[in-house]
Amino acid sequence: MHRSKPIDGELLKLKDEIQQYAVECGLEFDEVIFEVCDYQSINILAAQGGFPNRYPHWRFGMDYDQLSKGYTYGLQKIYEMVINSKPCYAYLFNANHFVDQKIVMAHVYGHADFFRNNYWFKGTNKNMMDVMANHGTKIRRYMDRYGQDKIENFIDKVLSLENLLDPNVLFESPEQDRRRREQIVQEKRELASDQDDERSKALKSYMNSKIDKSEAPATTDLDLEEKIDHQALNPSDLPTRDIMKFMLGYAPLEDWQADIIGILREEAYYFLPQRMTKIMNEGWASYWHSTIMTQRAVRASEIVDFADHHAGVMAMSRKQINPYKIGIELFRDIEYRWDTGRFGKEYQDCEDMTVKANWDKDTGLGKKKIFEIRKTHNDITFIDEFFTQEFCERQQLFTYNFNPRSGRYEIDGREFQAIKAKLLAQLTNFGVPVIEVESSNHANRGEILLRHIHQGVDLALTYAADTMKNIFALWKRPVNLVTTVEGKELFYQHDGIEFKPVA
Amino acid sequence: MDHPIKRDHTRFRKIVKGKIRDSLKKYISHGEMPLPKGDGTYRIPMPQIETPRFKFGEKQQGGLGQGEGNPGDPVDGQQGDQPGDGKEAGDSEGKKELEIDLTIDELAQILGDELELPNIEPKGKKCIQSMTDRYTSIGVVGPDSLKHFKRSYKEALKRQIASGTYDPSNPVIIPHRGDFRYRSANVNIEYENSAVVIYMMDVSGSMGDEQKEIVRTESFWINLWLKSQYKDIEIRYIIHDATAKEVDEETFFKTRESGGTLISSAYRLCRDIIYSDYDFSEWNIYPFHFSDGDNWSTDDTKACLEILDMDIIPNSNMFCYGQVESRYGSGQFFKDLDGKYGTNSDDVILSKIANKEAILDSIKEFLEKGK
Repeated sequence: MHRSKPIDGELLKLKDEIQQYAVECGLEFDEVIFEVCDYQSINILAAQGGFPNRYPHWRFGMDYDQLSKGYTYGLQKIYEMVINSKPCYAYLFNANHFVDQKIVMAHVYGHADFFRNNYWFKGTNKNMMDVMANHGTKIRRYMDRYGQDKIENFIDKVLSLENLLDPNVLFESPEQDRRRREQIVQEKRELASDQDDERSKALKSYMNSKIDKSEAPATTDLDLEEKIDHQALNPSDLPTRDIMKFMLGYAPLEDWQADIIGILREEAYYFLPQRMTKIMNEGWASYWHSTIMTQRAVRASEIVDFADHHAGVMAMSRKQINPYKIGIELFRDIEYRWDTGRFGKEYQDCEDMTVKANWDKDTGLGKKKIFEIRKTHNDITFIDEFFTQEFCERQQLFTYNFNPRSGRYEIDGREFQAIKAKLLAQLTNFGVPVIEVESSNHANRGEILLRHIHQGVDLALTYAADTMKNIFALWKRPVNLVTTVEGKELFYQHDGIEFKPVA
Repeated sequence: MDHPIKRDHTRFRKIVKGKIRDSLKKYISHGEMPLPKGDGTYRIPMPQIETPRFKFGEKQQGGLGQGEGNPGDPVDGQQGDQPGDGKEAGDSEGKKELEIDLTIDELAQILGDELELPNIEPKGKKCIQSMTDRYTSIGVVGPDSLKHFKRSYKEALKRQIASGTYDPSNPVIIPHRGDFRYRSANVNIEYENSAVVIYMMDVSGSMGDEQKEIVRTESFWINLWLKSQYKDIEIRYIIHDATAKEVDEETFFKTRESGGTLISSAYRLCRDIIYSDYDFSEWNIYPFHFSDGDNWSTDDTKACLEILDMDIIPNSNMFCYGQVESRYGSGQFFKDLDGKYGTNSDDVILSKIANKEAILDSIKEFLEKGK
């Protein structure tokens, strides 16, 4: 099933050339392996989050369906894809124009540098290719044993929680995490310690499940429910935003269920840094593809194509901001400000507009500053610290809102504070409502209590209801939610049958 | 071996079609068929299953955009919906949909793929002559656009070698006017099957606009499919209440009468049309009848069945009856037909169309026999 193949010939030469430029520019990256593939393979890879091997699930098929339809009708195509792994894998689309491949390679080196240096990526597992493949094997094995419907159904339920993550967990290394997961599964199994530690983990988990099955086939829900009561809940765990971990620790799960939650959690955390640094990551890569191209790589005959494609990537939209555009402009703005010394108290306090407009201290710190920022920031801190009023005006940003009277979305205004606030709000908690588990023994009835930390926008309640239904399926006791609707704190419960407000 | 994602894809399609995993049904957005938008483009829906998650309500959220414009200007540059009808704008955001130009053939292909329709096996002699031009030969005259470069080059080369002006060390070939060769067409005569679709519709008072809209949509797709299967197709329209008459397409969908209903009148007219214009041994004949199932009397129903048995069914590929549910119709006629022919007959296909959503299933019922 070799659908992508390593580059050779012209492209290989090109790679060496671009890599050289990237090194000269000061980028530091793990080795990048480029492969070319046709539209079908690239759609498959994109549908699977970039990985050639995932567990079976319909949603990959859905994404594939949409990508192929979009491609077939000529409305979209994927230029490139790059995987945060070591070595870094990047895919080139074989129908790309040569100049496009150049842009893509330069862009990829930007990403590779970001993956390696940005602090939020420090904890990600760089062997994710193998890990994902192993997850696939494990889940396929569960499907063989318990039936595809049963496993898929369970995965669907867990996917409801997939976005409820705690970014702090990123600073825990994958090894620690894996060890803890093993431990939880281990604790759950009341097995004699006759397991030889020398055995491979896969074998062990295989053996364990065999033994489990034969020795305790009648683990009923009731037994499992009792387990929670006996489980000593560690009060320091609560409140927690890492809801999948919480489920792993305290929900009455069977071994395979715990294993699947662990798998999905690991994958979700793997993708989290990319969600938290979308603007920076794309901005950084775009900054470098543009720099490398314009200063080094582009030939005179390619200028028009380059300009055209670059402009396409940077196109602004009236409905949402383009992370590539905001990112690259912000990096350039920072470089300019630190090159000319437009920062610090002296500049801030200057009230003479002419002086301010012509401010140039010739500090020349721009490059140093952006390299520093790409190391330490994520989107929120990036925007919070460097998104200035002048920048905002230059980018022609506006806020818009839904006008119920005209039935359309209308421009609200161009107020700097409002724009920045909205931008930050969109990025807060990577755009997902903050939900915490507050209590696992709500009202002393073993019910789970979730609290929505309201930050200005209400929850979509119909979605909340269905999500809670799925949580109920894991927790097996009623699920409660405290949220704020139109300024009032309200209390809802899902008891497995219906979603209802609680007075 | 196929990539495993093909299995995920098949599974997804099955879920969308409601064959497996019923519990996901409520999360599926969009139907499966392209919808004509009236301006020549079609909306290709992309079925999507959304996993329920905690997320923000959309309206309050608003958003950020980039570009020109003053406060109050619409963000997407479109006219607003009717005042108070804000639902669409909000709901459509984030859903995936493509708007594209499609040819009729492409559309039929999508229909066939979606509904897994078999190709029709035509019967009768191929009696319609159709001429197609195929560019299979070469001529010495023709337009530049049909110039055959290789052959022209060869001619020039031959001439230069023959005249001794060819120099192997400097192999420049200069073609003269006489060297040029052009692709030229041969006329092929192909014999095609011919088909006629006869639509009959009850336009009595009990058929409301909604019912007619259903018939219109359904006939659009049926025509589309049959057109993709036959090169030439004739379409005839009959409306009836207590009496029947043949009309053009526009009248067919617009007419609304208030009279009673005698279905036999339409069947009689249909029979006459078949006998006068279409020889069954040469034509593929598709009578479709749409009604809400009301008929004036049991006597008339008896007469209908007789005409069907004696004249229409033996002379057509299949007879299709689609019953559009209406608040006023009794639906009795369906029961009568069902009692006589059952649901498994190859020659008579009966379908109940409860609402717009049921149109596709009904089309599938009509066309899946491949006759």
